[in-house]
Amino acid sequence: MPPTPESQNKQSLPIAENVTRRAIVKGGFATLGASAFVAAVSPLRNATQYTSPAAFLQQHYTELSAEDKVDVIARLEAETKENYGADVQIADDRPIPGTKFVYAINLSVCNGNGKCVEACHRENNHDRSTNQSYIRVIEMPQGTMDLEQGSTTYSGTVPKDGKFYLPVQCQQCDAPPCVNACPVKATWKEEDGIVVVDYNWCIGCRYCEAACPYHARRFNWKKPEIPADEINPDQSYLSNRVRPVGVVEKCTFCLHRTRRGKLPACLEACPTGARVFGNILDKNSNIRWILENKRVYILKEELGTKPAFFYYFQ
Amino acid sequence: MRFTHIFVLLTVCTLLSTITLMNSNNGDTEMQFATLNSELEATPGQPSNPTPLSAEASPAKFAIEIHQPDGPPMIELKVPDSDTAEAKIACSTCHSLREPDFSNKSDVALDQFHQGLKVSHGQLACYACHNPQDMGALRGADGSRIEFRNVISLCSQCHGKIAEAFAHGAHGGMNGFWDLSRGPQLKNNCIDCHAPHAPRYPKMIVGFKPHDRFLDLKDEHATHP
Repeated sequence: MPPTPESQNKQSLPIAENVTRRAIVKGGFATLGASAFVAAVSPLRNATQYTSPAAFLQQHYTELSAEDKVDVIARLEAETKENYGADVQIADDRPIPGTKFVYAINLSVCNGNGKCVEACHRENNHDRSTNQSYIRVIEMPQGTMDLEQGSTTYSGTVPKDGKFYLPVQCQQCDAPPCVNACPVKATWKEEDGIVVVDYNWCIGCRYCEAACPYHARRFNWKKPEIPADEINPDQSYLSNRVRPVGVVEKCTFCLHRTRRGKLPACLEACPTGARVFGNILDKNSNIRWILENKRVYILKEELGTKPAFFYYFQ
Repeated sequence: MRFTHIFVLLTVCTLLSTITLMNSNNGDTEMQFATLNSELEATPGQPSNPTPLSAEASPAKFAIEIHQPDGPPMIELKVPDSDTAEAKIACSTCHSLREPDFSNKSDVALDQFHQGLKVSHGQLACYACHNPQDMGALRGADGSRIEFRNVISLCSQCHGKIAEAFAHGAHGGMNGFWDLSRGPQLKNNCIDCHAPHAPRYPKMIVGFKPHDRFLDLKDEHATHP
């Protein structure tokens, strides 16, 4: 049957036969909205590269049950194996009852050689390319404690005439401003005095870093690069496990060592014997003798942070 | 104490009755006995909790081991006509044939075997520390004999405040454990760090520097040779 002009007309008609101007505007905006939404959530599609669903759903450290911790630690060990090719053991070291850790440094013998800085770097699995470390040694002119006059960039032969050397790391304050600054309670002070960070709960806002008057906290600007054979396999969840990018980290008095009775890595590395570590609750400890018998200086005491870290003179 | 005794006895009785009631062929019996034994070992009054307590609460089981020199220093000599043969001679090999010079207080006068030895230790003469009767030993201020192994006793005669600080862990490096209930602590002796003839601690070269964001920009290239 030959097509009638009517039917031909109908076939050639566009579908939007009765489309109004209003519908076109609506459709245009709907398309625009949808594409804007897709663009807005597109980072989420890449999110799986950075975090697994298990990591995303993980609870705060203090709310993890014993079984949860086993799962979390197994996952973290597997991630380290996958990302770094290293077999590591991540423990969950808890405070030893009846201990309160205190550190002291003998400024009369510290010569600024920086072995502690390097030992911290290796012990705590810091990023190799930035030489990250929790310790900063400040070269100070003799006769002042004004940190503005200090320099961290000294090099060459030490000690230099007219200078003294002030190693600064986390002071494990009893009134820690960093803990108060954290909006998500990702950092807190434990029973033995160590201020710790749950690296999986930290949102990377860096408020704590700004709040610390000792510049003791560090931010992971990039994914740490460490060769597999240089990774320290003796790790702890709250301490030296390899941290993810975008979180804040800090000195933990090597709790993966000290909560097992050992001395911190920076102390063992010090060739001058300037560093002393111990339990202040033990009346016979080295640290008690120093506090009772030596001239002791507290860094920025006037701020009221109550450090568990003391500088003494011989 | 009494209550703990009763509790332990009750536990033992309960376990024993459980075991007798159980089929003796059951494989679990051995495990039950193992539990029993471990419970008996936990004497009343002592915590059965395996978590070790602080150094204050639990007795120190390990010692602070202070490294000591092996003995009198020996002069190592290579026999000139042989590449392999070595010989060690004691100080007394020469000094038994020579009269001690009590007047010498300077390294300038050392023009024979000890030529080149740098002495920078106050105004000390050789025989302030070395024993003129026996060069294989040291000499205390009262003339007593001090073995080389006990060099700390010699130094402590003058450096008493340092010795006191050393005894309290406030001087000298250490390694190992802060908690002596878990492991030993190792410490140096005086001459591990201080050369006895020139005891000032040597200068060192800074090797490692973090590329810190607080570093001055002008020094940035200093860390990239």
